Amino acid sequence: MIRWLFAVLLTVLALPLAAQDSMPPAPYAYNQLADPRLEAEASALMHTLRCLKCQSQSIADSDAPMAGDMRHQVRARILAGESPEAIRRWLIARYGDYVSYEPEVSSTTWPLFAVPLLVILIVAGVLLRRLGKRRSDGDDAGAAA
Amino acid sequence: MIAEIGLAALWLAAALAVLQLVSGALTLRAGPGQTNPLAIYARPAAVVQAFLAVLAFLLLLRAFAVTDLSLKLVATNSHSMKPFIYKLTGTWGNHEGSMLLWVGVLAASGGMLAAFERRLPERTMAATLAVQGFVALGFYAFLLLSSNPFERLAVPAAEGNGLNPLLQDIGLAIHPPTLYAGYVGLSVAFSLAMGALLTREVNPAFARVMRPWVLGAWVLLTLGITAGSYWAYYELGWGGWWFWDPVENASLMPWLAATALMHSVSVLAARDALRTWTIMLGVLAFSMSMLGTFLVRSGVLTSVHAFAVDPERGAFILGLLGLYIGGALTIFALRAGAVAEGKRFAAASREGALVFNNVMLSAILAIVLLGTLYPLLTEAFDVRVSVGPPYFNPAGAIFAVPMLLVMAVGPLLRWKSDKPARIQFELALIAALVIGVIALVSFFGQFPLLPLLGLGLAAALGVAAFLPLRGRTLARVPVATWGMVIAHFGIAVSLFGMACEGAFSEERLAAVAPGGTEQIGDFAVTLEAVTPIAGPNWTAMEARLAVRQNGGEPVILTPQARSFWSPPQSTSESALLTKWNGQLYAVIGNQAEDGRWQVRVWWKPFVTFIWYGGLLIGLGGILSIVGRMRVDLKRRAASTMGAQRRADVEALGAAAPQPAE
Repeated sequence: MIRWLFAVLLTVLALPLAAQDSMPPAPYAYNQLADPRLEAEASALMHTLRCLKCQSQSIADSDAPMAGDMRHQVRARILAGESPEAIRRWLIARYGDYVSYEPEVSSTTWPLFAVPLLVILIVAGVLLRRLGKRRSDGDDAGAAA
Repeated sequence: MIAEIGLAALWLAAALAVLQLVSGALTLRAGPGQTNPLAIYARPAAVVQAFLAVLAFLLLLRAFAVTDLSLKLVATNSHSMKPFIYKLTGTWGNHEGSMLLWVGVLAASGGMLAAFERRLPERTMAATLAVQGFVALGFYAFLLLSSNPFERLAVPAAEGNGLNPLLQDIGLAIHPPTLYAGYVGLSVAFSLAMGALLTREVNPAFARVMRPWVLGAWVLLTLGITAGSYWAYYELGWGGWWFWDPVENASLMPWLAATALMHSVSVLAARDALRTWTIMLGVLAFSMSMLGTFLVRSGVLTSVHAFAVDPERGAFILGLLGLYIGGALTIFALRAGAVAEGKRFAAASREGALVFNNVMLSAILAIVLLGTLYPLLTEAFDVRVSVGPPYFNPAGAIFAVPMLLVMAVGPLLRWKSDKPARIQFELALIAALVIGVIALVSFFGQFPLLPLLGLGLAAALGVAAFLPLRGRTLARVPVATWGMVIAHFGIAVSLFGMACEGAFSEERLAAVAPGGTEQIGDFAVTLEAVTPIAGPNWTAMEARLAVRQNGGEPVILTPQARSFWSPPQSTSESALLTKWNGQLYAVIGNQAEDGRWQVRVWWKPFVTFIWYGGLLIGLGGILSIVGRMRVDLKRRAASTMGAQRRADVEALGAAAPQPAE
């Protein structure tokens, strides 16, 4: 999967990236939308999208030119009336799951959701075992050793 | 020559670690009444080893201070034109140097333990020192075999490559040393736990020895994380203070484990309960420290912090990690059955609340661990997944919210067994505060759920933190209790800051022509001018922003866009205007073609409380250490006096006839 993903990534990105550094940033890369409600939507979405060229930063936290372009895409699409979820899906279709910080349940990510449920069960089990039983007061039999 | 002395000191220290290990192990093997001739060497070996390892570190520090370009490490990471303070801090701004710092702190804490700790039974001490020597040996081997910091170049370099500009900040002077000292302080807790387990001495006396080490390590971790968070906040230029970056998580995980351990060890010291828990958490805490070191130092992560990439080293640390954690868990599995659970208690008791919170802390730790390691795991199978704030925040909150609620109530409960009805007024007050604040805030606007919950909990915790003082004479409250009160209050303060930042932050991004004004919150920000300036190893465009609050007197902020030339890299130096109720955060970006400048301004209400809270938590920990130490010293003095008096009485009794009674 990763191979075609990279192929897609490269073909989509190679040309614009090569030119990017010398080009001025897209209009909405460093400018907000006029409507505060739409801007809030865009900002919330941008905080959950990964800057693909950076290390562990969202596109809302990055100076990389590519993050600027992605911010422009997000703001422009929000302005055009697209829903944040539709934009996220569009970006995932383009760049893969990696672009979204919000993992969705899928064949590759189910443990991320199964393990917390398991942890809840374990926590409940441990607490019931340690605290659930009515302990008789002053029973120090086990403390002798 | 100086560098060779450093290298020799490291080899000698490694040899002494072997002696310490052998001597400690032989003491253990000797039967009761026997003494092994080698047994006397464990303590001196630890102390001398500490001096040698610290000496090696100081020699490397000197090499960086004078920019000795015949050393490979200096040539690749330093530069003669760098400001002096960053030459010094650059010593640990790289892989080898930071590992040497790690090992130096490890040896120093082992030496302190050997030199000053006289309360433990000699056998337990010997086992502890053996374990400490074994741990140190692994890291000496790592340093000497795969990361020699004193490697020479055949031909000295003409000039160094310089240090990553993001690291050229006073943050590098504070954050890594504090954090490392915390990481490594947990190694002593680990060794003590192993020593007590091996010699079957898991009891309150042991807990009292372990407690200052755990508290100390925890305070350092707290302060290190706080400093790191503030550093990232002002340095990265986008106003974020926590990114759930794997390296941040690597420091958070030991902190979570240490927090649980600290509470557990207090229960063991006070009540002789939770014996196996304490040992288990001792193993877990240091395992998390080593895992953190592995994640950061192996280059397995691709993140802003990982400035070392080398698979061979990664495999080495992973081997050490497996050896120590695996070994510890094996000993634990073999011996845990022999350690009784300790005194029993009811669910509604202070122990009960502490157990609940320890379980919750461990669960949060599990979530952070999963979210940090899972992407690495899938990457090995060629599937790239991102796990970020939208995952960590809600998944962590599932456990953090009940934990914080119990934290508010726990200190009010009595040891062993209590009736909830006894504290019904306090319970009602806490519930009313949570619900009241959430209702009040929701009345004024639409806010995300987690910050809203955070505000409610912060208010309740802030009040609940002081409830244990109710009805007590403040002058007679023990110092350690003040420590707890202040640390818990610090959690509330920090939570308040996080929630406010999450709910009320305002952001303004705009292209501004010189003379133009942007409005954000109560502030009018005018871009007066942008001028080029030069520093010792950078040039920059500096903006003059005049900030007027409600039309008042202007305050000048000067954010810079810096370009470093070695290595070539640009950074944004943010400018901060700190008010009692928040911070104005300003950054200058690039110039557009029409001559306007990108300006980014945030108003972050009460964001500073995040770090004030962190400082309060650290202060609480320090007060606890001081209070406990004073009580321990007093108790020891009293018991020596008592023993003296008994001996005197006995001596009298032997001489004189029995007093009539």
